[in-house]
Amino acid sequence: MSDETYPGDLHYHPEHDWVRVDGDEATFGVTWFAQDALGEVVYYDPPAVGDSVTAGQSYGELESVKAVSDIIAPACGEVIAVNDAVSDTPELVNNDPYGAGWLIKVRLSTASELGALMDEPAYRQYLAGLAG
Amino acid sequence: MTDLQRTSLFGAHVAAGAKIVPFAGWEMPVEYKGVRAEHLAVRSTCGLFDVSHMGQIDVTGHGAREFLQSILTNDITRIGPGQAQYTLLSDDNGGVIDDLLAYALLDRFLLVVNASNIAPCVERVTSLAPDGVTVINRSPDVAMLALQGPTWARALTPIASPEPFSLPYMEATEATVAGVACLVARTGYTGEPGVEIMCPAEAAPAIWDALMTVAEAPVPAGLAARDTLRLEVGYPLYGNELGHDRSPISAGLKWACDLKHGGFPGAERMQREAAEGTSDRMVAIVLTEKGIPRGGCAVMADGQQVGTVTSGTFSPSLGVGAALAYVSPDHAHVGAKLSIDVRGKEKSAEVTSLPMVDTSPRKEHHS
Repeated sequence: MSDETYPGDLHYHPEHDWVRVDGDEATFGVTWFAQDALGEVVYYDPPAVGDSVTAGQSYGELESVKAVSDIIAPACGEVIAVNDAVSDTPELVNNDPYGAGWLIKVRLSTASELGALMDEPAYRQYLAGLAG
Repeated sequence: MTDLQRTSLFGAHVAAGAKIVPFAGWEMPVEYKGVRAEHLAVRSTCGLFDVSHMGQIDVTGHGAREFLQSILTNDITRIGPGQAQYTLLSDDNGGVIDDLLAYALLDRFLLVVNASNIAPCVERVTSLAPDGVTVINRSPDVAMLALQGPTWARALTPIASPEPFSLPYMEATEATVAGVACLVARTGYTGEPGVEIMCPAEAAPAIWDALMTVAEAPVPAGLAARDTLRLEVGYPLYGNELGHDRSPISAGLKWACDLKHGGFPGAERMQREAAEGTSDRMVAIVLTEKGIPRGGCAVMADGQQVGTVTSGTFSPSLGVGAALAYVSPDHAHVGAKLSIDVRGKEKSAEVTSLPMVDTSPRKEHHS
C-alpha cells in the first residue's frame, strides 16, 4: 500500500477519480482514497480502445476480494490506450495509484468540462467533509 | 439501529491496524494488512482470527444426550467426552436453523453456533428442552480465537501446557494457554489444520498478545480471509448456502444427517431427498477467464439459467474467480462447462472438485 497523497497537478472528480491533462489527451485513474476504500484490487475490467467515455458515467470496474466498484470518467473522450499492466497486476492501483496504476488514456472531446473538477486543495477539503 | 457489540479483542484489532466493519451485530476486523496476504499466510504458515462473536450454548442435565439426539441431525451418540461433531439444527420442515459444532465434554454438551443465529438457536433448543435439561447461553462470557494453518503448533507450543499438538482432529481438551484455562479444540473453518481456543472473554487479550510475541507468530487475519478460506474448501456459510429454504441434503451434507435412525425434525424430508434426489445441488465453480462471480449471479448453460451463485469471490490461492452455487443435477458433475452472468457479461466457468486447494495433512509442520 502507498502513502496517502493527492498530487497538485491533477484534477479530481467527486467519485474519487483523477485526470492528468496533456494537451488534448488525458490519463485517468482512481485516487488514493478510492483504492484505500476498496482494499486490495484483484481485478480490472477495462473498456476497449476506441470506446467513448462520458463524464460522470462508468467506463470500467475495479474489484477487490469483497467488493465491486464502478470507475467513473472525470471527463468525456475516446479511449486511446488501456493500461494492460493493471489488468495483469491489479495491485498496481494500490501501490502506485497516480503512476503505474493509471487506468486509461483518452483523447478529450471538450476540455472545458475540466473546469467542473476539483483541484488538489478543493479535493482535500471535499475528503475532509466526507470524514465529517 | 442497535448498538454494535465489541469483543474483548477490539483494542488488539485496532492496534494491529484492522479495518473494522459491522458484522452480525458486532464490530469485527474484516482485514488488517490485506485479505490476500492473510489468506495465503493461513495456507502456508498460520493466522489468528478473533471469532468471539460466535455463540456458545451449554446443554446439561440428565437426558441431555437423548435430547440433543432428538433435535440435531447428526448422530451425537457417536461422540464421547472430548470429541466434536459437525451437525445441524433443523426446523420442522427440514430447513436449517443453524449449522454448528456439538462438543461432548465431561460435564456438559457445548454447542458452538454462528453469531447471527445465537438467538434463534437458544430459543429453539430452550423451547424443546424437557424437564431436567438445562440450556445456558454462555456466548457473552466466552471468547474464541482460531489459530489456523500448517504451523499452528509451532506458534502455540511455547505458551501452552500440556502441548496440544497430539490432539486428533475434531477433539478438544482443557489446556492452559498464556496462563489462562482454556478449551482447545482441533477444529476450524479454513480447511487448514489448527485449533480453536475458547476462554473467558476478559482473558482473550492475554492469549492474543502472547501468540503475537512467539518466534513463529501467526498473522492477524480478518473475516474477509475467513470467508475466502472457507469458500475454497467448500464449507457452507449460513445465510448463503444454508437457510430455512432448503434441507442440508442439497448442500451435500447428507454425511452430517443420521438418516438411518432419523427422528429429528425434518428427517422424513431429508430421507426422501436423499433417496429421490433434489432439484439442485451445491457445487464449486471456477471461472476459466478473468472475472469475479458474486452471490446472486445466474449460472448459465446453453443460454439457459441452470442455477445461482450463493457465494463468489476472488480465490487468493488459485488466482481466479471462484464460487459456490446451486445448479440443476444435470450440470452438477465435476468438469461440467458452464458460464456465469457477471453483471451482464457471460464468463466461462467449470464445475470443480472440492476442496479447490490442497489441504492435506502432510502440509502440517509440528517442529
